[in-house]
Amino acid sequence: MTDLIDRLAGVRPGGSVDALRRHRPATRDNAQASYDALFTEIDETHATRAERAAVAQFVAVLHDDEVAAAHYAALARDAGGDRLADAISDVAGAARATGPYGRYPADGPLAGESVDGPRFLLDDHGHAELGDRLAAALEHAHLLVFRPRESSPAALVALADAGWSTDGIVTLSQLVSFLAFQLRVAAGLRLLTNEEAAA
Amino acid sequence: MTGSTTDRAATAAAASTTAAAATTTTAPAADAARTEPARILAHPGASVPDAFTQAELGWLPWLEPADEATLTERQYAGLVDRSRASSDYFRLLVRDPDILRARTLTDKDIFYNAADGLPRAERELAAAATSRFNGCIFCASVHARFASHHSKRHDDVQRLLDDGTDAAQDAAWRAVIDAAVALAATPSRLSPSHLDALRAAGFDQQSVADVIHSAAFFNWANRLMLSLGEPEEPAGA
Repeated sequence: MTDLIDRLAGVRPGGSVDALRRHRPATRDNAQASYDALFTEIDETHATRAERAAVAQFVAVLHDDEVAAAHYAALARDAGGDRLADAISDVAGAARATGPYGRYPADGPLAGESVDGPRFLLDDHGHAELGDRLAAALEHAHLLVFRPRESSPAALVALADAGWSTDGIVTLSQLVSFLAFQLRVAAGLRLLTNEEAAA
Repeated sequence: MTGSTTDRAATAAAASTTAAAATTTTAPAADAARTEPARILAHPGASVPDAFTQAELGWLPWLEPADEATLTERQYAGLVDRSRASSDYFRLLVRDPDILRARTLTDKDIFYNAADGLPRAERELAAAATSRFNGCIFCASVHARFASHHSKRHDDVQRLLDDGTDAAQDAAWRAVIDAAVALAATPSRLSPSHLDALRAAGFDQQSVADVIHSAAFFNWANRLMLSLGEPEEPAGA
């Protein structure tokens, strides 16, 4: 069975990075089990396969990870067709930023650490193209990726207004947050595999 | 039984504070309501902390946790430790039990499997630095406390909270904090120089991989804690 982080990070079977990962088998196995729980062995009642893949493709592009973006774009293409994957590619490319940023309460001691940055909202064309549910999910994903400190009940209301159930919001939140982990493990291990290749 | 990091504190704190604070507590009707739009909970009376602290905090959910009385065996498997059924945070996440289970087992191994590699104190430091940088006051409170406990360096940890991730630290902690902060950026700014600094400070390759995993994991935890509820100062604090 393929291990996705190995593939994203270019881990060479039998090499030094492979050995580091296999020294922590529970971490390695459960990172893969997390991916499978979100993308492979799923119940589509509250979040469809196409919605999950589309959000993941969007998040991977925001992390500037070409290998991961290609992987999740392929999932989106498989689950939702070329039109979906192409539409996500377009909106994600225009949504890239550098984070984390966001405001702290203006009257609190952290106000001086507030950093402004773009707030991503799809226009009417985007909503028409992607549907209100997916549009709301992408806007929420952008919030979670770049300015999680600005999370609020109002952000969840926006998801509910677009039709997301409580269970669906939990799954969506796990999916975006898991990717924040998976893509960073891949990014970090990729540095180690590059060192291994150069040695 | 080992409780887990952020989660262990949430278990105790959330269980003691939420019942009184939530303004809407009606349990949803079973299956008929499952696909209805989410109902958002408000906590207008809550005392939400506005600064980083090592003190114990509560956590209030913005969505309805699952009803403890109707948890399935699959959901108990997702909780891993049955005692977590008393935590609002875990009973909210257990609405998707399979990812909760995999997430929890990932968390436990990254932070508690410390027979070799990165010491517990530096794993917690990476978690605290990531939480400080991302702005998760709840997560930072738990893991700063754990970092202080394992390192016996309360003042150094407090300086991280008070003055931020750039505050002065010794070379080893500087290397861990800098790597965690670089990895928390989106896109990641982690570079070979960060890995060189860790090794120059005496960390072996397994420890470097542990720094990557400890820091990466809190980019997952911070986003759940920040986006599904809010911290609360316990009554009388």
